Amino acid sequence: MPNGMTEGTPNGATEIRARFRLNGAEAEAAVAPQTPLIDMLRGEFGLTGTKRSCDAQVCGACAVLLDGQPVSSCTLPAFEARGKSVLTIEGLAADERWSPLTEAFVNNAAFQCGFCTPGMLLAAKALLEADPDPSEEAIKDALRGNVCRCTGYKKIVEAVREAAEAMR
Amino acid sequence: MTEREFRTVGKAVRRVDADDKLSGRAQFTGDLTVPGMAFAKLVPSPLPHARIVRVDATRARALPGVYAALTAAELVNMETRYGSDKKDRPVVAMDKVRFQGEPVAAVAAVDLATAEAAAELVEVEYEELPVVSGIDAALDWRGEPVHESNLCHEYGYEWGDIDAALRGCDRVFEDTFAFPMVYHYAMEPHVCIASFEPGGVRLWTSAQHPFLVQAEIARLFRLQLDQVQVVVPFVGGGYGSKSYTKIEPLATALSREAGRPVRLALSVEEAMRTVRRHAAKATIRTGVMNDGTIVARDCVGYVDTGGYTDNGVRVTERLADRMPGPYAIPHVRVKSYGLFTNSTPAGSYRSIGGPQAVWACESQMDVIAHALGLDPFEFRVKNLVEQGEEVRRGKRPIEGDLEAALRSVADAFGWEESRKRAASAPADANADGRMKRGVGFACAVTNSGASPTSTSLARLHADGSATVYIGSAEMGQGSRSAMAQIAAEEMRIPYEKIRVVASDTAAVPWDRSTGSSRSTTLMGLAVHDAAADVREQLLRLAADHFEAFPEEIEAEDGQASFKGETVAFSALVREMFGGSGGELIGRGYVTPKHPSGKLRQDPVFWEVSIGAAEVEVDTATGEIRLLRYYSVSDPGKAINPKQVEGQDEGAAMQAIGHTLFEEMLYEDGQLLNPNLVDYRVPIFTDLPDEFETVLLETGNGPGPYGAKGVGEGGIVCVAPAVANAVFDATGVRVASLPLTPERVWRALQAQDGVSGGLPPK
Repeated sequence: MPNGMTEGTPNGATEIRARFRLNGAEAEAAVAPQTPLIDMLRGEFGLTGTKRSCDAQVCGACAVLLDGQPVSSCTLPAFEARGKSVLTIEGLAADERWSPLTEAFVNNAAFQCGFCTPGMLLAAKALLEADPDPSEEAIKDALRGNVCRCTGYKKIVEAVREAAEAMR
Repeated sequence: MTEREFRTVGKAVRRVDADDKLSGRAQFTGDLTVPGMAFAKLVPSPLPHARIVRVDATRARALPGVYAALTAAELVNMETRYGSDKKDRPVVAMDKVRFQGEPVAAVAAVDLATAEAAAELVEVEYEELPVVSGIDAALDWRGEPVHESNLCHEYGYEWGDIDAALRGCDRVFEDTFAFPMVYHYAMEPHVCIASFEPGGVRLWTSAQHPFLVQAEIARLFRLQLDQVQVVVPFVGGGYGSKSYTKIEPLATALSREAGRPVRLALSVEEAMRTVRRHAAKATIRTGVMNDGTIVARDCVGYVDTGGYTDNGVRVTERLADRMPGPYAIPHVRVKSYGLFTNSTPAGSYRSIGGPQAVWACESQMDVIAHALGLDPFEFRVKNLVEQGEEVRRGKRPIEGDLEAALRSVADAFGWEESRKRAASAPADANADGRMKRGVGFACAVTNSGASPTSTSLARLHADGSATVYIGSAEMGQGSRSAMAQIAAEEMRIPYEKIRVVASDTAAVPWDRSTGSSRSTTLMGLAVHDAAADVREQLLRLAADHFEAFPEEIEAEDGQASFKGETVAFSALVREMFGGSGGELIGRGYVTPKHPSGKLRQDPVFWEVSIGAAEVEVDTATGEIRLLRYYSVSDPGKAINPKQVEGQDEGAAMQAIGHTLFEEMLYEDGQLLNPNLVDYRVPIFTDLPDEFETVLLETGNGPGPYGAKGVGEGGIVCVAPAVANAVFDATGVRVASLPLTPERVWRALQAQDGVSGGLPPK
């Protein structure tokens, strides 16, 4: 049996039980095979910081980290999280080690309406874990899957650079 | 008395919504749950223009879990149509459908999956009608029009003797430019929870103008204003897309049918079928003398407002207001027309009519400069309207020094050097010379549509903290923080002691709207006055306390002082009420008759827009790389400089979208790219290598401390500045946006150097 997965109901697999780590704690949920991760996070766990927007893996508003990598929770089936570790904005915000990142967003006016911000912060975290000293080009490239319609991007690039410096 | 130094205003304070927005705690409408809430799904018309023969929701209603279906038959005991200037939009389609995606019905069910299944069961029979596609078709139409005619609105003005003046000019230039339909893509698509109850209606909605929604819902359902509560939580981007009333009437009517709260959350595709920016076509005839003096300008413009008016009236007018440009021209005639077509209704979008008008005007300025052999920058400066002169007869004179503003951007950009550099062989040119560089400039002034009507309340509590009440919706612009700064400054208490309560019509006093760059200027003035009212009361209390005159009292940092003695504001409040509690209430009214005398003229301010661009064009592919872009923002007085920059950069980036690739593509009334895969918006890698805002603080605005609106100016000049740079690089003028590689490449192939070609009729 795959790690963390238990059998669904016998009459057509209406639900799959998935065990996973959510923001550092053990979690479990029963989800239909077609339920996207975002619905489980928002519906079952009340984690409404993850935002739905384009529904097409373009905008990154729904981005969460799955085993540290950004994924679009609007299209990823929830059961794919089984046996893995999911980090949402609520988990990131609770982790004081990453407060230099959020503070850099404040200092640089790197958010406005805030709808893209959760996904943006998570994608930035994934980048900084992989590359603690990213160039401007590396930041743009890493965040190209996250749309922000308010800021014009420049201040987000500056914030990520400032965060990288503060965290080194 | 020496001038007091600002404690909070002008400082980069921590936004009051920072902690909520960076932690995922910020609540947007879609994050709310109301007990008993049903989930709604629209039944969209697949056809762009058709008579509705029959709508039957019987099978939908019979599906288990369905609470209600709403069709035109249910629009009884209420008004059926709404709209800001023309009430032409039915709550659901009644007689016929006028654009693809127009809701013909809607269902409410126990969950979204059931609602979606039920929506499929609504049967609609249509009789197809010929489709009015675009401006040219709407003008030359023989079939059944979209409404009684295809003409939504017409507008115009003139001064001087245009025909005679044109005859006397050395040269007359006539050029036509086209601007595409574009989509705002507020990342939070429209969402509304409506609860129709015996005592009235409660709404939680992603609206920019809560009080206009309140008034519209009250009118539609024949209620009093006090019976309609509109709450606007954080809004996930607006840019005009959530102005006036959008999905709230439908959600409310569906809630009335369902007998329970209803949540209607649109997808991006549905949002693209809710509102967009007006496509436009503008022809400008300009008469000049050989020395570069503009003598006469004759403009005709058309905007495509889609299936319903939405904001078509005002956009038609603003297009006309902005077409002649920021120039002193003795003879002007402008006509503009708003036209109905079978496409998504067009409404407000950041600087209504501005980018369309300035695209035409500022593109033609370079056509003329080139023909006369003049520097495009100096040609503009030569013709600029002077400070204190009217750019539009009968309107407020220009309050700023435009030439100084232009020169500040040109200096920052390095116009002279950049021009020389671009003209010489580019440093990284390939051996075949296929990469070409050029620079371009554009400038404009836009008459803000801001209505000078706002109110505010400020309460100073017994512990020295304060609550301020504003009608502005927080959609990213940082209004709650700016208002807290203004209130703190005027009440003489620390910024951290202010709480701002916003955009709940049952809690906060009336404000007209959040748009037209108006909040900091006008809502801010109301907050300023409310807070100053509290301060005046404090000074009188302190005077009593010290047995002095109010003008002898100093107030700062939450305390009043007189001859070395101090008393805390909190103590003064408690002293007044004779106990442990109590509070002072201040009010601010902003009307055209505001005692400052600065709000009597229309517009309340002119917003300045300037852009300088440097591009590299790949002449083999037509691809444009925007290397550098410089913009200007004049907030009069920047309440929070970083936020001002952010407004300008965000606006400019949106404009980079409509300049290079954004366009809603229609074919026979069918939207071909109704999603973010096919409709591309700017991403990080579209950021120019240099992307700068020159911040001017000219102090000449009518708002608090000389503030005036920003936020729209940055979107206006990008397209013409880039197109002018492309022309500078290649000698090719592209007259239609967006400047896609294909369009640029075709223009390059045409080789005649003048035509990028309008889209085929």
